[in-house]
Amino acid sequence: MATSKPPRTANRWQVARLVERRVETRTAQTLVLEVPDWPGHLPGQHVDLRLTAPDGYQAARSYSIAGPVVDGPGGPRVEVTVQRVHDGEVSPYLIDVFGDGDPLEVRGPLGGWFIWRPEETAPVQLVAGGSGIVPLMAMIRARRAAGSKVPFRLIYSVRTPSDVIYADELRRRVRDDFGLDIAYVYTREAPEGWRGEPHRIGLADVNTHGWPPDLQPLTYVCGPTAFVETVADLLVGLGHPSRQVKTERFGPTG
Amino acid sequence: MGIVSPGFQGRPRTQEPALPPGQYLTEDFPVLSAGPTPRVPLDTWEFVIAAENGSEHRWSWQELMALPQETPMVDIHCVTRWSKLGTNWQGVSLDTLLADVDTGAHFALAHSYGGYTTNLPLDDLRGGRAWVVHTFDGAPLPAEHGGPARLLVPHLYFWKSAKWVRGLRLKTMDEPGFWETAGYHDYGDPWREQRYQGD
Amino acid sequence: MTEMSYLDGNMLDGPMRELFTVDLSSAMGRCENCGMTGSMASLHVYSNAPGLVARCPSCEQVMLRLVRGPDRAWLDMRGTTFLQVPMPMEQPFPGPL
Repeated sequence: MATSKPPRTANRWQVARLVERRVETRTAQTLVLEVPDWPGHLPGQHVDLRLTAPDGYQAARSYSIAGPVVDGPGGPRVEVTVQRVHDGEVSPYLIDVFGDGDPLEVRGPLGGWFIWRPEETAPVQLVAGGSGIVPLMAMIRARRAAGSKVPFRLIYSVRTPSDVIYADELRRRVRDDFGLDIAYVYTREAPEGWRGEPHRIGLADVNTHGWPPDLQPLTYVCGPTAFVETVADLLVGLGHPSRQVKTERFGPTG
Repeated sequence: MGIVSPGFQGRPRTQEPALPPGQYLTEDFPVLSAGPTPRVPLDTWEFVIAAENGSEHRWSWQELMALPQETPMVDIHCVTRWSKLGTNWQGVSLDTLLADVDTGAHFALAHSYGGYTTNLPLDDLRGGRAWVVHTFDGAPLPAEHGGPARLLVPHLYFWKSAKWVRGLRLKTMDEPGFWETAGYHDYGDPWREQRYQGD
Repeated sequence: MTEMSYLDGNMLDGPMRELFTVDLSSAMGRCENCGMTGSMASLHVYSNAPGLVARCPSCEQVMLRLVRGPDRAWLDMRGTTFLQVPMPMEQPFPGPL
């Protein structure tokens, strides 16, 4: 795999400001940050955010970048989607307190492995658990932005229909983005008229809605650790080579 | 210092007299882990004290349970800055376990199922200050908190209270354990805030 | 949250960039214990701990530990035999430095 030199700006903290906020679900919001020296990024990469209190206390967390960089009047804009972690130290602040124009520090982009390059030609399957959709959405958005015709399949596991992040956009993209298919798995409560019972993701879901191994797809799985573990085991069991199954686990770090 | 984000406070850092410097109070019981959680069946569990002269003292689970039991209620302080007050345990005092061990060693290296190690002065395991505990809040100690049995040395940072403890190796020289070989303090007194080497 | 409490090696990128310019997640590493060679991004990283502990996904032995104090950092890689780092093609005939 060709790897470009990491840009120097990825190594240092720089100030970013909140320029826009979008409510995605009851517990998730997208923050649009203006980052003047942002060097650009690939879909799937993440960024570290750091908060500092008046007495110097700091807390840093990693967030997946949700979409391609956008040019704004004050410089490049980077979007992250933040899921509220109950009793968390950072996410409740970002959702409830952090205001328009307020500063924080960012470092990135980070992660050169869980990435999809728009010049790739292999079919892609994406498997998301909860807010694990975020870096996968970045790939879906980048595919469209690059005019890629590579077929994408997304399997998205959520507790209830109201927990679907980017719900409207996903509906629109299934209609407009040729070659994008989406299947949902509901673990607690399914929508009206949905066939089947709520269940945890299993072999049938992956087998029916993913790509067969002989198409040699690239696979990206993102979600809580136990979810990723289950899905990765299912995929490898179906015959997908484990090095083609890229995973990103996240824990509740708040 | 970085640029201040307006309104950000972070975890409460107010000083309470019962808390060592730099600690915050928590009501829940955070699970820290540096590796997979070992599952140790009770019928093969054992605790071994190996003295510096090569002699060994062993206890099976039944033998540990047959020893005099104590019920310490203690405050615990994790180096990741949470403290939990008034925790209830049941187990066997290290005074009891060390009573018949003939040793001139000054240090102990506690070792665990799963490979974890931590070093302590042997004196800190004596004098009613250290236990091998198997019960928390009246119930068997869950595996994620170190069950079947863990060390409890509450006057030192909690990483010294080795989970899944399997034994002690008594030593004439101090041998740093898992975290102590990666920057953490050899003694770890929370009241003197001995977090890292050199503190 | 008990057995499954680890993350991917991916997350080591930010903390390691404080020390080195290497993008660790595009590097390969060999496990000193079992010899498995794979992407450092696929290590199992235990982060709910006093430091970061990265283990071989195959044998679970510790390959890397990183402890960060306020003014110091400690890096232990004795569980990693080598790191293979992709380099830009700027030297067609590289010599030993």
